[in-house]
Amino acid sequence: MADYKNEFGFFAERPKVEKKLFDRNKVIAGLVIFLVMITIPLWQNLGKTVAAPVPNLDTPVIQKLAEKDKKCVMPKEWMRANHMQMLVDWRDNVVRTKEQQVTTSRGREFVAPDGKQYLASLTNTCFECHSNKAQFCDQCHNYVAVAPNCFGCHLETGKKLAEAK
Amino acid sequence: MDFFKRHFFVALSAVLGLIIIAYVGVQGNLQLLFGVVVPYLAALIFVEGLIYRVIQWARSPVPFRIPTTGGQGRTLPWIKRDLGEKLDNPADTPHLIGRMALEVFAFRSLFRNLRTELVKDPDNPEGARLIHWSYKWLWIGAIAFHYAFLVVILRHLRFFTEPTMGFVLMLDHVDGFFQFFTPAVYLSGVVLVAAVGYLLFRRITNPAVRYISLAADYFPLLLILGIGLTGILMRYFFKTDIVAVKELAIGLATLHPKLPANLSALFYVHLFLVCVLFAYFPFSKLMHAPGVFMSPTRNLTCNNRWVMHVNPWNYPVKFHSYAEYEDKFRDAMIEAGIPVEKEQ
Amino acid sequence: MAKTPTPAELLPGLSYKPPEKGWMDVKPDFRPGTYCNPASPKWMDWISYPYAQPRSIPDDNWGLPQDWKEIVLQGMEDRLERFRSLKVFFDICVRCGACADKCHFFLGTGDPKNMPVLRAELLRSVYRRYFKTIGRALGEIAGARDLTEDVIKEWFFYLYQCTICRRCSLFCPYGIDMAEMTLLGRELLASVGLNIDWAMASVAQCYDKGSHIGAPPQAFKDMIDFLAEENERITGITTPVSYNRKGAEVLFVMPSGDYFADPGTFTMMGYLLLFEHIGLDYTLSTYAAEGGNFGWFISHEMGKRLNAKIYAEAKRLGVKWILGGECGHMWRVCNQYMSTWWGPVDFLEKPVSPITGTRFENAAVHKMVHISEFTADLIHHGKLNLDPQRNAHIKLTFHDSCNTARGMGILEEPRYIINNVLPEGNFVEMPPNTIREKAFCCGSSSGINANENMELRMQGGFPRANAVRFVADKYGVNHLGCICALDRATLPTLLQYWVPEVEVTGITELVGNALIFPDEMERTTDLRDRDLVGFGEAEEAGEEEE
Repeated sequence: MADYKNEFGFFAERPKVEKKLFDRNKVIAGLVIFLVMITIPLWQNLGKTVAAPVPNLDTPVIQKLAEKDKKCVMPKEWMRANHMQMLVDWRDNVVRTKEQQVTTSRGREFVAPDGKQYLASLTNTCFECHSNKAQFCDQCHNYVAVAPNCFGCHLETGKKLAEAK
Repeated sequence: MDFFKRHFFVALSAVLGLIIIAYVGVQGNLQLLFGVVVPYLAALIFVEGLIYRVIQWARSPVPFRIPTTGGQGRTLPWIKRDLGEKLDNPADTPHLIGRMALEVFAFRSLFRNLRTELVKDPDNPEGARLIHWSYKWLWIGAIAFHYAFLVVILRHLRFFTEPTMGFVLMLDHVDGFFQFFTPAVYLSGVVLVAAVGYLLFRRITNPAVRYISLAADYFPLLLILGIGLTGILMRYFFKTDIVAVKELAIGLATLHPKLPANLSALFYVHLFLVCVLFAYFPFSKLMHAPGVFMSPTRNLTCNNRWVMHVNPWNYPVKFHSYAEYEDKFRDAMIEAGIPVEKEQ
Repeated sequence: MAKTPTPAELLPGLSYKPPEKGWMDVKPDFRPGTYCNPASPKWMDWISYPYAQPRSIPDDNWGLPQDWKEIVLQGMEDRLERFRSLKVFFDICVRCGACADKCHFFLGTGDPKNMPVLRAELLRSVYRRYFKTIGRALGEIAGARDLTEDVIKEWFFYLYQCTICRRCSLFCPYGIDMAEMTLLGRELLASVGLNIDWAMASVAQCYDKGSHIGAPPQAFKDMIDFLAEENERITGITTPVSYNRKGAEVLFVMPSGDYFADPGTFTMMGYLLLFEHIGLDYTLSTYAAEGGNFGWFISHEMGKRLNAKIYAEAKRLGVKWILGGECGHMWRVCNQYMSTWWGPVDFLEKPVSPITGTRFENAAVHKMVHISEFTADLIHHGKLNLDPQRNAHIKLTFHDSCNTARGMGILEEPRYIINNVLPEGNFVEMPPNTIREKAFCCGSSSGINANENMELRMQGGFPRANAVRFVADKYGVNHLGCICALDRATLPTLLQYWVPEVEVTGITELVGNALIFPDEMERTTDLRDRDLVGFGEAEEAGEEEE
């Protein structure tokens, strides 16, 4: 049996493994599914150029403001990232601190970096200037798909109150 | 330093190092590199690397059909098998698909996990006995981790698609269902960090698991922990301008990259860690994800006895033929009255 | 031979706490009693295995060939090309540790390298070092290490502390199968001349003479004729056996353990009685006298070289189909490899039971029926006249053999038979996490049922024995049933050590006990000459040698 070529290298040749893809169809199907899934954002956006949102500042109140007063309570760049946190702080100050018997008490005071005082109120201060929710707020909110629940009360209730008056 | 410390601290330093690299890079105005070049590179490495690795696997055949059977096989028609057994010992393709689906979506095998311990038992002559009980913690940790991570990834699609796909909005809504805290806390984020924390804690505190763990085991956990924590920091504590984030993301996805100005360093750290995770994926144990589909003990039908499996490199072997055997034992066989082919 | 410590000495030393030193720095402790002797060159020459020479484990020099390293690495590369399983299993382990406390050797020895994950890492670390860029570049921190003689010794030690039982594979979330890696690792060891004597002797004998025990044809015939005479002595029924008879309908192949030594022989007597009872037209072969396959324990190719005889003989004798006896690894080989190796086997017919007419659709291609399927089918169709009271002295629990449980899924058939041949209430299951697909191995399978590694065997079998101990204490179980010849060879020793009051029995032996023949003589004893209940004191026969 000395001439027997067994599996152990030193006698031997075993048939080589063919250079090919085994289970080709299944493997390729799997990889295609993977590729399609992973590239969904590419397909979804194919051929599109998505413009960045441009919040509109063209409201009657803003137009009436003098040029030097045309600024927000905080710098624009800061507001883009942090306005939601500021509103949350305002809310917490008003609703959760005890000094709120009078509307202009300390709980509703907001002092801007330039020393100017504002009423800490979404309805009365923010919406005063930005009365165009659809052209201003919604622009970015829709773009990044956030749905803040502030508007559930603040916009609708404000309108209703006005109507009642 | 001992084996554990060496491997753990190498992984930890690697993750900290990556954080520092991204931070320093952004301070040095390398936004273009970290915001555009690295993400594209990482995506490319991920996709190509993964395909390459799967193809490398597929270049080796499956010579034998070796599924691990986890229940009664299909034998006599009157032997009843419940659905569980049909799935654990699949006799046909639909059940095989069921088995794989359970394995992939529900981690079926891990669900079977037991814990075995040696307890003192004075009633036994040997003084101790083994007890085995169902142990689901690893399964819970694993399933929580994977699903939370999946939800987190899908939620991030809101940055990559415009208009945002409906199911992403729904997922977002469900994920923030409890409306706890403002902005609403995502359950997936909490679960992800908790689950990664558990897996890491387990790896470090369980002596047996610590003994087998390599840097390559700590690194992905720490990396994902880093990704989760930076993401949480950005959402709840150090806000970043997400309109700008989406501008960057959608720019990448539409192949019209654009670099918005006011993105925080924290964001770049987050992004860089994600890129590293993707680029690292094909070269690491994270390949278990495609690997489970390729595992011959799971992805084959248990039908060996009625469907022949072909080995592409099957070859003839030398065996002791009957003729040789009879030649050797003929006389004895004749004497014992055993029939032979040739009488002399 | 080393003295084996007693159970009471063994257990207090058992701890699952890993050592302080990292595993790459711990060398195996070749203590007598824990390893198998290397193969004698004689056996290796018989089957043309390379680098045959006398070796001794305690020696520093294991007589590896000059270029052993190249051989091993080339062998690994070759196997990576041939077995996708190896590639995938090397690459995808996440070291979650789910397999750790599933291995009976880990549970019995407490040696962390017996955790399947770490046993695999012993091989994987070398794979990383020589086949992965990251391992080549980063070395130890990437979990890679050089292939040294110490590593080879470590492989030898731990790959022969794995019984290929696949319990780890069942629990692995990716189905990583240590058995597959153990087999391929053993092939690598064999390629540089390292084999174990116990397995190699069996393989060489089987190759040359027909069965592991090395019985030439006339001795084979003698042994079985003797068992037939025993049948006649005990039951009054003659069970004549034909050998190498052309034109028989069925070729019956059983593991050699069933005619070689007690308690397997009682199972053999059971087969003969069963076939006589139903008048089966069958024959035995002196050439294909071995169902078992120790060849597969050392390499896929050697498995094929031994397995060849079964189909070759079926063809030569012109039988219609093959019936296989109670054997674990024989059935795993027949199930997983046989038709791939030799198929299609058109010279055989699709198996049909001549008694019940049942067509065994599940064996349509490989044309081989398991004795438990066959018997269960007979009972189901009411073809057996059984008196379960003849087994009333037996309180049984059933040990699922790893190979039939996790390699093919024969779980219900033996239980169905048991329930029909034992009086009601005489069969109890062991704890659910230790049976069926979760069954614990006997601890001595895959060719390591030698004598020189007795301590290791007793450790490896501890989880199984411990479950037996539980039912023995709780329900008074006195017999452990199984459908595996290796079990019948190894479990008696194991139980003698851990649970001496329990004996081991094959399932067909119980069938043989219960069968009622029209012209039989009055049965007062079972096949082991033990009084039946109601006939004198039930007296246990002396413990049988394996």
